[in-house]
Amino acid sequence: MTIRLKPVDAVIIGFGWSGALLAEALSAAGLSVLALERGKFHDTAENFPPSRAPDELRYAVRHDLVVKPAENTLTFRNRVDQTALPVRAWGSFLPASGAGGGGVHWNGQTWRFRPSDFVLKTTIIERYGKNFLAPDLTIEDWGVTYAELEPYYDRFEYLCGISGKAGNLGGKIQPGGNPFEGARSRDYPTPPLTMPYAPALFADAARECGYHPFPQPAANLSQAYTNPLGVTLGACSYCGFCERFGCGNYAKASPQTTVMPILRRRPNFSLRTECLVLAITHDGKGGKARGVTYTDESGQVFFQPAEIVLLCAYTFENIRLLLLSGIGTPYDPGSGRGVVGRNYSYQTTSSVQLGFADKRLNPFIGAGALGMVVDDWNGEHYDHGPLGFIGGAYLAALAINGRPILNHPVPPGTPRWGAGWKRAVAKSYLRTTRLLASGSSLSHRGAYCDLDPTYRDRFGRPLLRLTFDFHPNDLRMSDFVTARLAKIARMMRPDWLAVEKREAPYSIVPYQSTHNVGGAVIGGDPATSVVNPYLQSWDLDNLFIIGASAFPQNPSYNPTGTVAALALRAAEAIIHRYLRAPGPLA
Amino acid sequence: MNAARMKGAWLAAFFLLCAACPAQAEDRVRQGAYLVVLGDCAACHTPPGGAAFSGGKRIPTPFGAVIAPNLTPDRETGLGGWSDDEFARALRLGRRRDGSFLYPAHPYPYFVRFTLAEASAIRAYLATLPPVHQPVRGADLPFPLDLRFLLLFWDALYATPAPPLPDPDHDALWNRGAFIVTGPGHCGACHTAKTLLGGDVAARALQGGVVAGWVAPALDGDRRTGLGDWSEAEIARFLATGSAHGQLASGPMAEVVEMSGARMSEADRTAIAHYLKSLPAPPPAPSPQPPAAAMAAGEGLYRLRCAPCHGANGKGTPGLFPRLAGSAIVQAAKPETILRVIRAGARAAATEATPTGAAMPAFAARLDDAEIAAIATYIRNSWGNAAPAVSARDVTP
Repeated sequence: MTIRLKPVDAVIIGFGWSGALLAEALSAAGLSVLALERGKFHDTAENFPPSRAPDELRYAVRHDLVVKPAENTLTFRNRVDQTALPVRAWGSFLPASGAGGGGVHWNGQTWRFRPSDFVLKTTIIERYGKNFLAPDLTIEDWGVTYAELEPYYDRFEYLCGISGKAGNLGGKIQPGGNPFEGARSRDYPTPPLTMPYAPALFADAARECGYHPFPQPAANLSQAYTNPLGVTLGACSYCGFCERFGCGNYAKASPQTTVMPILRRRPNFSLRTECLVLAITHDGKGGKARGVTYTDESGQVFFQPAEIVLLCAYTFENIRLLLLSGIGTPYDPGSGRGVVGRNYSYQTTSSVQLGFADKRLNPFIGAGALGMVVDDWNGEHYDHGPLGFIGGAYLAALAINGRPILNHPVPPGTPRWGAGWKRAVAKSYLRTTRLLASGSSLSHRGAYCDLDPTYRDRFGRPLLRLTFDFHPNDLRMSDFVTARLAKIARMMRPDWLAVEKREAPYSIVPYQSTHNVGGAVIGGDPATSVVNPYLQSWDLDNLFIIGASAFPQNPSYNPTGTVAALALRAAEAIIHRYLRAPGPLA
Repeated sequence: MNAARMKGAWLAAFFLLCAACPAQAEDRVRQGAYLVVLGDCAACHTPPGGAAFSGGKRIPTPFGAVIAPNLTPDRETGLGGWSDDEFARALRLGRRRDGSFLYPAHPYPYFVRFTLAEASAIRAYLATLPPVHQPVRGADLPFPLDLRFLLLFWDALYATPAPPLPDPDHDALWNRGAFIVTGPGHCGACHTAKTLLGGDVAARALQGGVVAGWVAPALDGDRRTGLGDWSEAEIARFLATGSAHGQLASGPMAEVVEMSGARMSEADRTAIAHYLKSLPAPPPAPSPQPPAAAMAAGEGLYRLRCAPCHGANGKGTPGLFPRLAGSAIVQAAKPETILRVIRAGARAAATEATPTGAAMPAFAARLDDAEIAAIATYIRNSWGNAAPAVSARDVTP
């Protein structure tokens, strides 16, 4: 028996960064807002006290902040001619669960995409001609420009207190920042973190190579900061427990440390945790979403009517809820028609590990976004014509962690176990570091999501099926940038180094990145996108689909900054345009 | 003068009065609502998550629990049937409607400062609340404390008339502050030490007390344990936001800030600060040298467990992590607050101006009594702090 609840103005599905930002903006505008979150409630002092938060076994190994595969998973295959099988233990990526979502256990790498990223297709065709694009690439322009997003990037950075150094202030290149970034209206709210030894060595070597190193913009704050809402964050203690962990020091920007103290005070906002949305109810194309059906932990099913539905779950669940609810045309890789599930893309990563005999790098000094980066081989600011690929990567030395269980760096040729291995770990631990190439991932015809024909969840609903492999373009790109990364590594004059290239087929087992994007993409054309440039559904004008599911392809950078900027822009469009004249915004 | 003209004048006056009536009544209700804020009445009489002033909240005292009555105008279980006089007598003198005694958890020794007009304004405000039917049992006290008539003797000892105000030797600001602190604000209910019978030790007024396991620090001019180092502006800001001078309000004071300090006028906060800064500093207490072993152990534990937030130098972060260096709570003669906060954690006050409401996590599961004592001894005697050492025996509640 479904219980019908009192209507609200806006219901939010999923309370991560997107949900929290929308909740803050819409409740400030006076709407009654209800957020439904499938996971547990999390609060800094109760759930991540410094006395308990740095528990590597619980969080990094056993994935305490990640959804349990027994509750929600997906099936996977590399190609359409294979049979997909369910993921029963997370590997390549870690979808979050719980209040704050991935915003709780992220590293805090806070990027803006470059201006050319938003008009990638046009830029490539203008520069290299139509034939430069492999025919099966399905990359698109976003329908929104960097200039349009800049105020929202800025707002998010100031909400969080991001620590960094501007490289381009109003078109003027700033020494020490990223000279390749888009123009900013002002500098970061707080200065960069203090660099430990390994990133400092990397920066010196990169300069010797003629590159332009700059500090990674970080949501792990270099100093205490009070945001425009009046909420105070603390300074990072460089404990090295960011990725997969909640921060006990109020030093990492998260929904908890930036907007939840405000939402707590607003009587027109409420959050219901351990409430899983099963479907969105709607009139069909051209009509309205009417609300959502959800179930709580007891199994009771509720119908929550709402004037506006905001789908703010993780990429996979955004796509799946659209498919399960019959919203939009599912993508068909055979004909290339349909949009829901189209343009899935990922992140093409590779790395170089290097060790020193005489340098103590102290890897236990860490933070999720602590390090130095070069952007010289990223994006469209170098000539791709002779190279035969599109895209690029940022190259970085990040002092993310020296945590003891999962971090046993040893030189190549070391025995895999026994006394020799132990000796090598003891010798290498303090003297080893890893450089990273975080590369772009282009959407292509055979990379997509649909509903699995076989496997179902505990409610009998089909699981999402992911079909993905790296496109040859991305592998060529990865080889190219990895060679540049190795060049910097050699310039650091290590005693040994080991290059770890990215190769096909994509394996879903080793961790790579929780940057799964696309599937409900943004764009100016309903034939190739699910949402318009305000993240509004083309089919139901009171449904907004927020998150990295909107990315038509993945530029090299970490997605959170852009997810937040798109969310804030959508919020403003809802408040200033949609509420006045409900209907399509584009 | 003829009678008719007199009558006409009376009639005119009557109508004029009546025309003024609604405005006057509104003013009175507004005044009452504000006095209720000054008196922080909601802290006891509004149950957590319940209807305003519907009572039923258990107020722990060293003698047992007293249960706050229902102040809504419900006829049967609230104040609906009470006359203004009966209400004023209860508010100011601690007598129930039937003449029997209220327990002095109700701070009538302070509320006696309310004038009868103010009492009737409070009553007028309470009468505007939605009536809530909530029967409330008076108290949960063991024999012989349940014999209310014994309070006759208590009143004789402790409900002594306060010095009259205004004091002509002081200016209006001081007098306003004195009225709030020693009257509606009933600051001494926590910040003054208590006798075995729970009465104020008059000679040590506002020199600090302990309530429900929390140290209420001295409000006098002592530079270590009182407000000697605070400016008037800092005191006023602390009352408004719970955050000033590197300190954060938590525990019962968080409630006072959220329900009373943040809602009173800036003029009244300034008056309170001005009055408190006029209190003298007592002679400095001798500070014995702490044991070196405890200091060394405490320093190691502090660096590991505490320094990531409070800083190696004990400076903290304004508005987020309290400063321990120079803190009155840390250096109070009694270590109750720091021990309970290390063991069980605490949450800072959250207000419109300072919404963060950061919390200190509980460490009881991580630290044993000796470790907690060592940390307490260390923070009480570092960075210029000085206070008696704490032993493991002090930690076990």
